[in-house]
Amino acid sequence: MAKPRAFDVTTLPGFTFIAILSFVLLYAPIVTLVVYSFNGGNSVNQWGGFSLEWYVVAFNNAAVQDATMRSLIIALWAAVISTSVATLAALGTTRRGKFKGQTVIYIIINQPLMVPEIVTAVALLIFFSSVKLATGYSGLGYLILAHSAFCIPFAYLPIRARLEGMDTAMETAAADLYATPLQTFRYVTLPLLLPGVIAGAMLAFIISLDNVVITEFVKSAGQDTLPTYMLGQLRRALTPEVNAISTTLLALTIFILIAFALVTKKRN
Amino acid sequence: MNTNVAVDAQNVGKIYGIGNSAVTALGDVSLSIQKGEFFTLLGPSGCGKTTLLRCIAGFETPTSGAIHLSGRDITHTPPNARPVNTVFQSYALFPHLTVAQNVGFGLKMLGKPADEVTKSVARVLALVKLEEFADRFPQQLSGGQQQRVALARALAPEPEVLLLDEPLSALDLKLRKEMQSELKRLQTETGITFIFVTHDQEEALTMSDRIGVMSRGALLQVGTPHEIYENPADRFVADFIGETNFLEGTVADGKVRIGTGDVLDVALKVQTGAVTLAIRPEQVSIVPTGSGIAAKITETTYMGTDTHYTLALDDGSDIVARVQSNTTQAHKVGDAVAIRIGTVQVLQS
Ligand SMILES: Nc1ncnc2c1ncn2[C@@H]1O[C@H](COP(=O)(O)OP(=O)(O)OP(=O)(O)O)[C@@H](O)[C@H]1O
Ligand SMILES: [Mg+2]
Repeated sequence: MAKPRAFDVTTLPGFTFIAILSFVLLYAPIVTLVVYSFNGGNSVNQWGGFSLEWYVVAFNNAAVQDATMRSLIIALWAAVISTSVATLAALGTTRRGKFKGQTVIYIIINQPLMVPEIVTAVALLIFFSSVKLATGYSGLGYLILAHSAFCIPFAYLPIRARLEGMDTAMETAAADLYATPLQTFRYVTLPLLLPGVIAGAMLAFIISLDNVVITEFVKSAGQDTLPTYMLGQLRRALTPEVNAISTTLLALTIFILIAFALVTKKRN
Repeated sequence: MNTNVAVDAQNVGKIYGIGNSAVTALGDVSLSIQKGEFFTLLGPSGCGKTTLLRCIAGFETPTSGAIHLSGRDITHTPPNARPVNTVFQSYALFPHLTVAQNVGFGLKMLGKPADEVTKSVARVLALVKLEEFADRFPQQLSGGQQQRVALARALAPEPEVLLLDEPLSALDLKLRKEMQSELKRLQTETGITFIFVTHDQEEALTMSDRIGVMSRGALLQVGTPHEIYENPADRFVADFIGETNFLEGTVADGKVRIGTGDVLDVALKVQTGAVTLAIRPEQVSIVPTGSGIAAKITETTYMGTDTHYTLALDDGSDIVARVQSNTTQAHKVGDAVAIRIGTVQVLQS
């Protein structure tokens, strides 16, 4: 039998109504998008029977393939770079005594969460165009660097949480057992930190994968990622191909998030 | 330099924090611990036992003074370069490593070849009777077994000194007794110097070769359990080690007169002035009225083998007597009796 509570929101008037309304608002558009990705017709809002044809079209579209590959490469690099930097930052902010300017350091690390994205985008556009002029290099490096930068706070948070939750007695014990500081990191801190690092990397990967604004500003000609390619498609005829791509992206994200949840939960 | 000294602390002081928030954890501690000794640091919570241990292990640097290990100054040596291992109160086992890997960790870090590590691990696991648990992870063991792993892990590298910070405090009474004799056996078998921390006086008395009693960051007395119990240096030590009655008295003509006017014949270090008498409850015997100091029973507590009687003396002071329960005379509250006092320690008031 459930214990009576002093305050239980479910007893308030309108609770059920608000709850259902919220779910509808959140998920109705997504459900519609997913349903119409299986549309046999040409329209994104007129049902023409079940079919997988738009998935076939999307998967065979050279531009989609090209943009997907680019998205994955950028996301992978961004995840690796931002997670490495975030790991060092997390170690630097948790494995030492209190220091002057600690708050300032936190703000600097989390800066991408606070500065409006469009501002960062414009700043990067202007900055990178001068670099391009000066160096002549116009490859994927700019996008990778930009993505790495704004992914850092997302990778940093789970890693720092894990480090703060870790008993420092482990590291003390390692030092007591003749481990040098480097050995302590290699054999004790890092293995215990790994779930946090993996979680951070997965978050960074997802965040990079669906970025539009910064990518749109920083990319050179012919450097479309999947999201910017889709944005471009919207200006032309809208077909269920966009739904199919979106649904695939959604499935991938959900898959990664579930893996993320499993990895984070395994710590207990 | 005496070559039999394992650890030598000279005027070690430790202050945590600075300015207004500074805490003096160790005042000015000097201490020599012999090789192969089972030395116990005993004292109430917060008296600085852990701090002294952490200074010896290298996790803290003393604010003042020096620490020598077998004659070498190690005051500023990092913990990983000291041939000293610790058994942590929380065990601090590595959760991602098996029991065997935990125990072999120190040897591996020292760069010993793999086959030598395997051999040592097997030997030490046999020593603590954990052979069949070698491939388990720490979370799959009971508290007592984890305790043994922690012990094995600290013993495996054969340190010069083993530091144990209240290693038994998380165990239940029965397991605790078992581990006490186990520790004693391991210490004798390995011949390693043990520095053991506890706030349990009984544990200290039964296990140690010598005990150092601490209070508020100072070492009050160092001696064998017998010396500390029979000859406490001051009121704090007498009170902390076992139960003790205290009676105030004055010295006159080589004898001590207590508040009731009765005179006790005791060995005296001082010839005049006020003194405090420390009397163990087992040194107080109850006799028929007229044959000793008059007293009245105010409370009786049956403790199994012994019975504790609280008695009020004529001057209002209380004294506790511990008497074997199976004697024919059982006294009731309110009975008028007399007491006789055996061995007495005279402390300067
Ligand atoms: N890192 C620290 N910072 C500030 N003060 C500390 C620190 N560690 C210990 N102290 C203080 O130093 C004093 C001695 O602490 P210590 O841990 O050595 O006591 P202890 O004898 O081991 O006590 P217990 O039996 O409770 O473990 C205490 O007053 C404690 O509050
Ligand atoms: Mg302590």
